[in-house]
Amino acid sequence: MTDYNFAYLDEQTKRMIRRAILKGLAIPGYQVPFASREMPMPYGWGTGGVQVSAAVLTPQDKLKVIDQGADDTTNAVSIRTFFERTAGVETTTTTREATVIQTRHRIPEEPLTEDQILVYQVPIPEPLRFLEPRESETRKMHSLEEYGLMHVKLYEDISRHGHIATSYAYPVKVEGRYVMDPSPIPKFDNPKLGDMAAIQLFGAGREQRIYALPPYTQVVSLDFEDHPFEASKADQICGLCGATDSYLDEVIVDDAGGRLFCCSDTDYCASRRAAGHQGTVLPTSEALA
Amino acid sequence: MICLENVSKTFTLHNQGSAIIDVISDVSFSVSGGECVALTGASGAGKSTLMRMIYGNYLTQSGAIRIGDVDLVQAEPRDVIALRREVLGYVSQFLRVVPRVPTLEVVADPLRAVGVSAEDASDRAQVLLRQLNIPERLWSLSPTTFSGGEQQRVNIARGFAHAYPAMLLDEPTASLDAVNREIVLSLIEEAKARGAAIIGIFHDEAARARVCDREIDVSRFASGVAA
Amino acid sequence: MTALLSVKDLSKRYGAHIGCADVSFDLYPGEVMGIVGESGSGKSTLLNCLAGHLAPDAGQVVFDTRTDGPKDTVTMSEPERRMLGRTDSAFVHQHARDGLRMGISAGGNVGERLMAVGERHYGDIRGKATDWLERVEIDSARVDDRPTTFSGGMQQRLQIARNLVTGPRLVFMDEPTGGLDVSVQARLLDLLRGLVRDMGLSAIIVTHDLAVVRLLADRLMVMKSGRVVEAGLTDQVLDDPQHAYSQLLVSSVLQV
Repeated sequence: MTDYNFAYLDEQTKRMIRRAILKGLAIPGYQVPFASREMPMPYGWGTGGVQVSAAVLTPQDKLKVIDQGADDTTNAVSIRTFFERTAGVETTTTTREATVIQTRHRIPEEPLTEDQILVYQVPIPEPLRFLEPRESETRKMHSLEEYGLMHVKLYEDISRHGHIATSYAYPVKVEGRYVMDPSPIPKFDNPKLGDMAAIQLFGAGREQRIYALPPYTQVVSLDFEDHPFEASKADQICGLCGATDSYLDEVIVDDAGGRLFCCSDTDYCASRRAAGHQGTVLPTSEALA
Repeated sequence: MICLENVSKTFTLHNQGSAIIDVISDVSFSVSGGECVALTGASGAGKSTLMRMIYGNYLTQSGAIRIGDVDLVQAEPRDVIALRREVLGYVSQFLRVVPRVPTLEVVADPLRAVGVSAEDASDRAQVLLRQLNIPERLWSLSPTTFSGGEQQRVNIARGFAHAYPAMLLDEPTASLDAVNREIVLSLIEEAKARGAAIIGIFHDEAARARVCDREIDVSRFASGVAA
Repeated sequence: MTALLSVKDLSKRYGAHIGCADVSFDLYPGEVMGIVGESGSGKSTLLNCLAGHLAPDAGQVVFDTRTDGPKDTVTMSEPERRMLGRTDSAFVHQHARDGLRMGISAGGNVGERLMAVGERHYGDIRGKATDWLERVEIDSARVDDRPTTFSGGMQQRLQIARNLVTGPRLVFMDEPTGGLDVSVQARLLDLLRGLVRDMGLSAIIVTHDLAVVRLLADRLMVMKSGRVVEAGLTDQVLDDPQHAYSQLLVSSVLQV
């Protein structure tokens, strides 16, 4: 651990990132450019989130890292180990105990508190990117609040599928001003973005952008009057813990088409089971192995 | 209704050694409502040029051409456009239309332009086309494909669709058979009867004698060599 | 009557080169004005300055806006100018690709302007889009097809629908029939004429095709080396051109 500066990045870099974070908090939803550093992991593995986490971590923090809700997937494990080694901070899988949670593509089921910071890994921060490829033009569109094009995307969805088929990275409008990409979280999580007690920070390493939502920010998912936003999830209950209100993963359990729906938030599921809740499917140890 | 005062016209051909051609000078006459005046004179005397000047198609260098209370020589383009839409009609020998537009619409167009409903305009167009013996099966086709005589009759129907208070007729009966010639002459008489002031060029002397109240020999305005 | 567009002493330079200089005119509601001239005569520069796509170096472009009355588009703020470009005015590009989003369905292309001015009812937006497709003679069954599957003439008509859906009062057109087959051109001209009459549209059309201006434009400006050398009624300028350059231009047209 002595070989590295605290949390890997040098102090100047962390100050630069903190300034970007503060600016992002001051202008909710606005993408702040920052000088993203090379990190010892490939782009797409959360280099933006890692840099933001490194800038906000203090030695007293307790870190939780999740990848699509799970604490035990490769991305989560490697980032958690990275900070254990470079910052020496305590880590946890328990949502409630963590002070900083870095996440890829999910918001924990359990409501977060004012004492927590949620850091998102963002692949593409620009919600208008696939509609307007010119960065010079998308910046102008943001500054002039020209967001008609965003609805064109939703229009295309409805015309092709009969409903808004965008199911993740569903665009939102922040405080009635900036349209923001909430990172590829399922739209089931969108309602949690707004009015959240915790600070939410978004880091895009390859794209060199940081944006943020301060606590209790108004966040509205874009929609049409006759096709209102719906936070959807699989119409099932968790096979393991019986939860009806959580976002579910579909797991293929054998080669005969057998499948299991279970909470994507592993901590939520485990703590429910520990409290005695049980689902309809009691998986055998082989099935989960 | 139509009043010309000391009107002159020269052409300057910049690309042909800046040749200056004086066509007519010092033209003054007037035509009142209900009157039909023929412009006469040898070929090249400037009849058509004068007619085009009165329509605003050729630029007049000096003098005044008053149609109602508008002086064409001084008027802004939009005033001339309004004048042509509401007051001043022109029937030339040549049909100029957007390709593909059906004959019925071509004829109804001047009425639509003054705000007549599509239905009423179409009714009036049908009456005229029938009167001028354009077979009904041609009405939905573009007149650009018609024979010369048919095109001319479509042009006349178009020219008489709206009841202009002032009209300019450039050889309206040329190349028409006796029957259609008769119909055109009666259209002119109707226009006179409702009080239109008409200036026309007729090579057909019998026609001229029948509808015109006066003749004005343009040769007497000729200045130098005509174009 | 207030002029819809009142242009005073408009100039644009590219370094030592003159884009356009000292252009002044008034355009009234319902008027269609043509601008002709050879390549490099400054007609496109002028059009782009008028439409607010280029900032002129000097002069005024006063637009009679629906909401606030006459305002100089040169000095108004960028958001205002862009809003004007989506509501009161429109721009039809020579190449439909420049004016369309090729990756988005025909309906989405037409609907974009509506959504940009705040329409948020999918059914209404789609209804208006299909209505406009029919008005420009595109089969409404193709509302969900991308413009990449359309012919050149259809793309151009789609571009026109996309521009007119918000009921602009002034349309800028840059060679709207350029690059199209003659038969397709005729159809487009007819369509434009009908729209101009039925919607009471004003238009400024840049073209080098004198036949197009004769059929569409009430008034004509002839440009050479960035300056207007002659202006007047279209048929007067074409049939009795006064300036040496206009005479050359008109006499150079090949007769069919």
